[in-house]
Amino acid sequence: MEFFGLIFGLNVFDSMLRVSAPLLLACLAGLYSERSGVFDIGLEGKMLAGAFAGASAGYVSGSAWIGLLAAIAASVFLALVHGFASITHRGNQIVSGVAINFIAAGSGVILGQAWFRQGGRTPSLPNEARFNAIDLPFATAISDVPFIGPIYSGLISGHSILVYFAFAMVPITWWILFRTRFGLRLRAVGENPAAVDTAGISVIWLRYRAVIICGALCGVAGAYLSMAQNAGFVKDMSAGRGFIALAALIFAKWRPLNAMFACLLFGYLDAVAIVLQGKEIPFVGHVPVQVFQALPYVLTVILLAGFIGKAIPPKAGGVPYVKER
Amino acid sequence: MSETAIELIGINKSFGAVHANRDIHLEVPRGTIHGIIGENGAGKSTLMSILYGFYQADSGEIRIDGKTVTIHTPNDAIAFGIGMVHQHFMLVENFTVLENVMLGAENAALLAGGISDARAELDRLEKEYGLEVDPDAVIEELPVGLQQRVEILKALYRGAEILILDEPTGVLTPAEANHLFRILRQLKEQGKTIVLITHKLREIMAVTDNVSVMRQGTMVATRKTAETTVEELAELMVGRRVLLRVEKGEANPGDVMLSVEGLTVRDSRGVTMVDDVSFNVRAGEIVGIAGVAGNGQSQLIEAITGIRKALSGTALLDGQPIGVTGSADPNELRGRGMAHVPEDRHHMGLVLPFEEYENSILGYHDDKRYISGPFLDMDAIRDDARVKIGKYDIRPDNCRLKTANFSGGNQQKIVLAREMERDPSVLVVAQPTRGVDVGAIEFIHKRIIEMRDQGKAVLLVSVELDEIRSLSDRILVMFAGRVVGERTPEATEGELGLLMAGVESQEAAE
Repeated sequence: MEFFGLIFGLNVFDSMLRVSAPLLLACLAGLYSERSGVFDIGLEGKMLAGAFAGASAGYVSGSAWIGLLAAIAASVFLALVHGFASITHRGNQIVSGVAINFIAAGSGVILGQAWFRQGGRTPSLPNEARFNAIDLPFATAISDVPFIGPIYSGLISGHSILVYFAFAMVPITWWILFRTRFGLRLRAVGENPAAVDTAGISVIWLRYRAVIICGALCGVAGAYLSMAQNAGFVKDMSAGRGFIALAALIFAKWRPLNAMFACLLFGYLDAVAIVLQGKEIPFVGHVPVQVFQALPYVLTVILLAGFIGKAIPPKAGGVPYVKER
Repeated sequence: MSETAIELIGINKSFGAVHANRDIHLEVPRGTIHGIIGENGAGKSTLMSILYGFYQADSGEIRIDGKTVTIHTPNDAIAFGIGMVHQHFMLVENFTVLENVMLGAENAALLAGGISDARAELDRLEKEYGLEVDPDAVIEELPVGLQQRVEILKALYRGAEILILDEPTGVLTPAEANHLFRILRQLKEQGKTIVLITHKLREIMAVTDNVSVMRQGTMVATRKTAETTVEELAELMVGRRVLLRVEKGEANPGDVMLSVEGLTVRDSRGVTMVDDVSFNVRAGEIVGIAGVAGNGQSQLIEAITGIRKALSGTALLDGQPIGVTGSADPNELRGRGMAHVPEDRHHMGLVLPFEEYENSILGYHDDKRYISGPFLDMDAIRDDARVKIGKYDIRPDNCRLKTANFSGGNQQKIVLAREMERDPSVLVVAQPTRGVDVGAIEFIHKRIIEMRDQGKAVLLVSVELDEIRSLSDRILVMFAGRVVGERTPEATEGELGLLMAGVESQEAAE
C-alpha cells in the first residue's frame, strides 16, 4: 500500500506536470516543424540555447520577461539557420539539426565562461528574474474542500506561468492546425508540397513560418528550464529532453492532444523515478534509478513496435521541395 | 470577349543547353478542345508549365482572351482563369475532397466560413457538370478516376475558364477514360476551353476539335482533327513514317517453358495481391497480361522472378521448379535462362547515376566474360556495351555517359539490350514502353516479336491495352489479383476493357 501511495501520490502528479511542461513545449515545437515537412532533431540544441540566453539576459537585466524574450530570440535564430540550410538551400535536415545541437551545446558553455567566469554556468538568478510558482485565485480558500480542494490547490495551482502556457498551447495548436487556413496549408505542405505550390501558395514561406514557431516554442521550453525549474543555466541542462520530445511526437502520431498525453506519460515516469530513488519495490526489490530513466525510451521502442499501430510521419517530411521540370 | 482563348506568340524557353521550346506559336479558339501531341521530351509539358506560371518563358508573349498578360506564378494563372490537371495529381492524399478543393482558396483566415462556401459551390458544380463526388471522402480511399475528378473540381472551383489536362488517361481504365471524355465534352458545351496534352493518338482523334503537334521543342503543325489521320499525326510527331501496329506472323508455340500453378502473393501490408493464379507460357509465343495498374501484375512478376516470396503455389521454369515460396533467387533464375525487364526501370532496372556501360552488365557482373581475376575487366565490359549500343541504336552512342542523361526510350533500350542479349529461354517483360516515345516503341515491339520468333517464351505485362493486343498471341486479363479471363488478340477493346474493370466474363461476352 505504501508503494502505491508513493507512485500515485498527489506530489508525484504535481511534479509530473512540472517535468512534462518543457517536454510538451518542445514536442509541440517539433509538431509545427514536422507537420510542415521539416524534420527537426535540433529541438535539444534550440532548448539549450534558449536556456542559456534566457538565464544570461535574465541575470543581466533582472527581468524574467526580458530573459524569456532573449530565450525566444536565440532559439528562433537557430531555427532560421536550420530553415536556411534545409528549406532555402535544400540541405540534409538531419545533418543541419545535429550541427545545431553541437553549436548550442558548445557555445553556451564558452560564452557563459567568457561572460560570467563560473565554469560555463550563469550566475544564480534572483527571484524577480525567474518565473516563480503562481497561486491561482481561491487556491487557499478552497484547499479544505474535500477532493476538489487538494487537487485544485495542490496539483493545478502553484506552477510557473510557463507551465500553464505549455498546456494552453495544446488546444491552441489543435485549433490552429485544424481550424485555420494557416493550419490547413501547414498540414498540406508536409504531405504534398507540390499540391500547395500548384495551388499558388509559397512552399518556402509556409515552411519558414513553421520553423519560426518551432523556434519560439523551443525558446520558451529553454527559458522554463533555466528560469523556472532552475535558477540559472548549467551545461547540458536540457539532458536529452529534446530527443524525448521527438519520441513523444512520433508516439503521438503528430497530433497535439496525443502529444500532451505522451509528454504527461513520460513526465510521470520521470516523477516516479525521482520518488522511487533508493526505495524498494514490492516483489522486485531494489531497482537502479537508471531503469526508470531509461523507461521513456524503452516504452517508445516497444509501443512503436506495434502497440499503437503504425506511426506514419508527414509524407514529405525530410524531403526538400524542388520544383519538377 | 475574344474568340481566341489562348494565344502564344514566339515562346522560347531553354534549360541550360536544352532548348525545350523554340519559337512556339499556338492559337486555341474559345470553347474548343485542343489537343497537343508529341513524343516525350518534345516540350509539351514545358509549354504548359509556362502557361501555368511554373516557369517563365525566356521570350515571347502570352495572350489570354486577346489581352497580353504576364504569368509569373500559378497564382497569376489562376487569376486569369487557367486551371491545370497535372499528370501526377496534386492532391493531399490524407485530406478530404473538400479540404483539397479549398486549399489555396480558403477565402478567410478561419476555415469555418470557407467550408460552408466550398460545400455549396461543390454542390453547384456537381449539378451543373455531373461531377459527382462525396466532399467528405478522403482522397487516398478514392479510385484514381474520382481523384482526377477532384482535380477538375479544384480548377473549376477557382473559376477556371481554360482547363489544361496533362496526360489525363495514363492511369484510367478505358471506361474511366471514356467517362472523362464525356465530362470534357460537357465542359466544352458550357463554354470552357480545354487543352489536352497526350501522346495517345487515339484519344486525340476521339475527343479534340483541333490538334497541334510538337517535335523537339518546335510546333510542327496544327490540324483540324476531322481533317487529319492517325498516320499523319504519328508521322508529324516522329518526323518519319512509323508502323503503328507491328507486323507479326503466326505464332509457333512449342513446349511449355514457364508454368505457374495456384500462385498467391501478399504484399508487405498483408493484402492478397495475387490470388490463386495459374497459367503457362510456351516457347515461341507471347502471353500478354492486361489489367489496370495495381491489380496484382507487379506482385505476380516479382514472385515469378524471385524478387518477392509467394504465400503459396508453384512455378516451373523449363520443367524445373522455381522456389516461389522460399528459395527463389533472381540470380539463380537468371542463370537458368530467365530474363526480366522490370516495370520500373528507374527503381529496378537501372542505377541512374551509373555510367551506361556499368548498367549494361548489371546483374551479369559475375559472368566470365566481364571478369579478369578478382577484378572487373573494364575494357571487355565497355566493348560489350558498345556492341549493344550499336545493335539497339541507343543514343547518344557513348557508354561513358551517365545513365540519367539518356531519354526514357534509350534507357529502356539499355535494359532490353542487357536482358535480351543473354539469349534467355524465358523473357519476362513488364511495361516495356512506359514513358517511351513512338519511334522507340516501334523498335522495342519489333525486338520482342523477334524474341518470340527465335523460340523464346515471352510473358508480357502491360497496362497499355493497344500494346497487349498488338503483341500477344494469348491475352490474360487480371483484376483484383485474379486472372478473370483469357482471350485471343482478336477480342475487342470493349470486351477486354470490361474484363479489366472487373465485370464478370459472362456479361463481358454478351
